[in-house]
Amino acid sequence: MSDKKSKYQEVAYYPGCALEGTGHAYNRSTKALGKALGLKLKEVENWNCCGAMEVKNIDPKLQTYLSSRVMSIAANKMKMDVVMAPCNGCYHNLKRAEYDLEKDPQSRDVVDRLSQKAGHETYRAGQVETIHALDWIKDAIGEEGLRARVKNSLEGIRIANYYGCMYTRPRHIFPEKDKGPASESTSKPHFMDDLLEAAGAENVDFPLKTACCGGAHTLSDSDTSTRLVANILMAAEAAGAEVIATECPTCHSGLEMHQIRAEKSLGIKTSVKIIYFTQLLGMAMGLKPKAVGLHENVSDSFAFVKQKGLG
Amino acid sequence: MNGVEQRTVGEIGRRLDALIGAGPGVGDAGEMLLLGEEILEHWVRARGQEPTAGEREGFRLLALHRQGADKDPSFNACRETCRELAYHYNLLVQQPDHEAALQRARMMALVANHLYLFISGKMESEQLGEFCCSSRPLRERVDSETPAQ
Repeated sequence: MSDKKSKYQEVAYYPGCALEGTGHAYNRSTKALGKALGLKLKEVENWNCCGAMEVKNIDPKLQTYLSSRVMSIAANKMKMDVVMAPCNGCYHNLKRAEYDLEKDPQSRDVVDRLSQKAGHETYRAGQVETIHALDWIKDAIGEEGLRARVKNSLEGIRIANYYGCMYTRPRHIFPEKDKGPASESTSKPHFMDDLLEAAGAENVDFPLKTACCGGAHTLSDSDTSTRLVANILMAAEAAGAEVIATECPTCHSGLEMHQIRAEKSLGIKTSVKIIYFTQLLGMAMGLKPKAVGLHENVSDSFAFVKQKGLG
Repeated sequence: MNGVEQRTVGEIGRRLDALIGAGPGVGDAGEMLLLGEEILEHWVRARGQEPTAGEREGFRLLALHRQGADKDPSFNACRETCRELAYHYNLLVQQPDHEAALQRARMMALVANHLYLFISGKMESEQLGEFCCSSRPLRERVDSETPAQ
């Protein structure tokens, strides 16, 4: 068993705020998929917000502290080596905090001071490894492992994989990426493509897989977000996709909500289904649609998955 | 713009809408690349600079993107979109008779449209892309204004 494969069998799970709200289907399907694959998740005790964008834009060092607290609990209290964050925003912020704590003495001072004030051990860079749900499945199970476990093949489903922008940007906070074919690429990410293909899906060539969806502006500037999302949906359909697979609750919610809004406000009707990759893999592993939270998605994909033999 | 009067941001958007609506052909590849360059020129000018005439990897588009991202890492949120635009241009120019050429042209138009939508959106709302990319400009401003703790 490789080092990562063994290390990722049991990880600290940091769902983050979105997975308890609009992204609950992602939470449910991540847990269900992990269980079906024999992987263990230990939720980070008493976790807090990663700082998201709001805190970051007021005081970036406070965001570094908030993310560091999550990692401190995982490392110092739970004695875990790996934190898995399925949300791109959480994943991005924990990686950013790791980078800041490694490179910036001022960040270390602020985090140390706030950690002492809050009464917990200060997180030191390198104590844990932060990974995304894609890394988790890719390295703990891998394509061969998935292929061997498929009960309902995704064969006949054409998928556009949408990674969004936070999973790979900025490149410098992801030092493990761009290290050759086996590693993730920041310019053309492929882990989700690899996993879904292993489950039988047909991936389409989708040039907007990391394009901006205007996610952060979905409330403050809805029209911009709607136009960006509508273009992503049209491009996915033009590429021949029936499904857009997602791996971020912000992207997922944005695509679902602006799909409806695009029809109402721009007259652009698209029918491509928006489904989390964990839902697709879960159903491929034989889980029922409800077990992976398909009923919690805004868009209704039940008829589609039934037609494809997954329901 | 090679001596031709520059299109406004709105005109670029309307031209792209027209191309997407009509279904672009292989012969539209050059114009779609130019539309990408033009919207980048608007972004560079809005930041008080003169758009470069230089090229990167054989494309002025990529040089303009690099210029536009200078000191504004959040602009890198459209880096891959620019590279996809250049890639689709190459596909169409080098394989004009390919069986997928029309599909590629349609995809190129949608990629160009995404670049237009991102940049025109960013010209209205500077922070577009900040969530996903580095918010370093904002961070530097905050850090310089925050009294020593």
